[in-house]
Amino acid sequence: MAQTGMNPRLRRQVLTLQVLTPVVLVILWELIARSGLLYEGVVPTILEVASAFWNEVSSPELYHHFGVTLMELFGGFTIATLIGVVTGIALGSRPFVSSVADPFLSSLATTPKIIFLPVVMLIFGIGPESKVALGALGGFFPIALSTMSGTLNVRPVLVDVGKALNLTRWQMLVKIYLPSLVGPIIRGMRLGLGVTIIAILLGEIKLSNAGLGFLAIEYYNTFHIASMYSILIIIFLTALSINAVMSYISQRFDRA
Amino acid sequence: MTHAEPHQKQRLAFVLWGPRTAGLLVLLFLGLILEVLVASGIADPSIVAAPSEMLMSLERLFTKDNLGAAFLITLAQALSATLLAMLIGLPLGWTLFRYEVLGRAYRGWLAAMFAAPLVLLYPLFLVIIGRNYGTTITMGVITGSIPVALYTCEALHKVSPTLLKVGAAFNLTAKQTFTLIQVPAAVPDAFTGIRLGLIYALVNIIGIEFLIDFGGLGRVVSTMFFRYDIPGMYAAIFFIILISLLFLTVLKKVERWLRPV
Repeated sequence: MAQTGMNPRLRRQVLTLQVLTPVVLVILWELIARSGLLYEGVVPTILEVASAFWNEVSSPELYHHFGVTLMELFGGFTIATLIGVVTGIALGSRPFVSSVADPFLSSLATTPKIIFLPVVMLIFGIGPESKVALGALGGFFPIALSTMSGTLNVRPVLVDVGKALNLTRWQMLVKIYLPSLVGPIIRGMRLGLGVTIIAILLGEIKLSNAGLGFLAIEYYNTFHIASMYSILIIIFLTALSINAVMSYISQRFDRA
Repeated sequence: MTHAEPHQKQRLAFVLWGPRTAGLLVLLFLGLILEVLVASGIADPSIVAAPSEMLMSLERLFTKDNLGAAFLITLAQALSATLLAMLIGLPLGWTLFRYEVLGRAYRGWLAAMFAAPLVLLYPLFLVIIGRNYGTTITMGVITGSIPVALYTCEALHKVSPTLLKVGAAFNLTAKQTFTLIQVPAAVPDAFTGIRLGLIYALVNIIGIEFLIDFGGLGRVVSTMFFRYDIPGMYAAIFFIILISLLFLTVLKKVERWLRPV
């Protein structure tokens, strides 16, 4: 966090704000929950959410759904990375081809991936395979675009040196392109991971029989609202932790 | 006219039209292959629609399933959400710039929220607001206002100190410096935030419409899927991709126009 170069007074004020804000939000939440302004049960009290959270983390069922989501995430993200990197390098190493592909990739990248769920369901069914495919589709575009842009920006002098040394295509890839592409690939992976997580969880929410997204929407459908909130908290904590790890890795490669 | 000019024009035409024409030709070629695969039975028509059938369904979607109205509903929601996101994000960005303590305390949090899967909060708003436009627009506002605030703050921080010194040399008041120097200088970068805000709002609104089977374009895809109208479903998805492409192109053009070379 950008807290360096601050005088001690400013640092104290910032810290106070950062500590007080969550406290104020929790108090506000509790006041709304107890105010009776909303229908009963719509906004449960903090104690009810905490109790539901505890019940969830002590239940083996949660870990089954958690495992399903993690497995889908691992599968989807691995496929997205492999195909995204290969496609990005293939397109980026030919500037004309990349200028042809860029508008298509960019517009597909900004399309909501969840609308492709029916297509992947027709092909893979409603099981985890369709969520893996949707996650792979979501993660593919940021990784491919970042790799393509990185390939286009590889220093021409390096490519010329490779050509002068009569390197084969494979040698060019391994010795020239890949070492220059570590940063863009990792940055693409960080962005792609976020999209993969969202695509998989939304896929589980729409049509599934396992996973954290399925569990959240199941609690919503059966009006177990405190449990739904606790699953959303678990989803957010998981997503933020994964994103923090990926950001850390990305920053390390950026510094290197 | 010099000899070089026609050559330069040709090169310019190639750079401008070459990739576009090639892109369209590739798309046509892929469409043709798909058509042949479906017609020959290699691709299962219950899974993949032939492009010709999809295009015919597009016409049917407009005439019988009100795709035009669905587009307008989604567009209205996305624009309302972006407008509200600007009403929240622009003053918030300015506040984070103006008051250093607030900027230092909350900019990191906003950046973390920008990376968080906020769309997954929609069940929470379904519970609180209900299955209506309130939920879709609220989700659009939440996801759209964060980039607007972050980029506005960033844009104000990036205003050239030379411009501020010129303002000081002319003895401008704080209000004059803000309106005559800071705001015009910050517009290009702040617009990047607005562009991202609009795209995020649109993407999230379509996604939630699909998930809750309500509203505009997202609902059409969901309806076609549950009706098992495969060509109609592909046609609706194709239309959404076209809309995304159109939005992206127009917004990038506006952004380029705002940004002096």
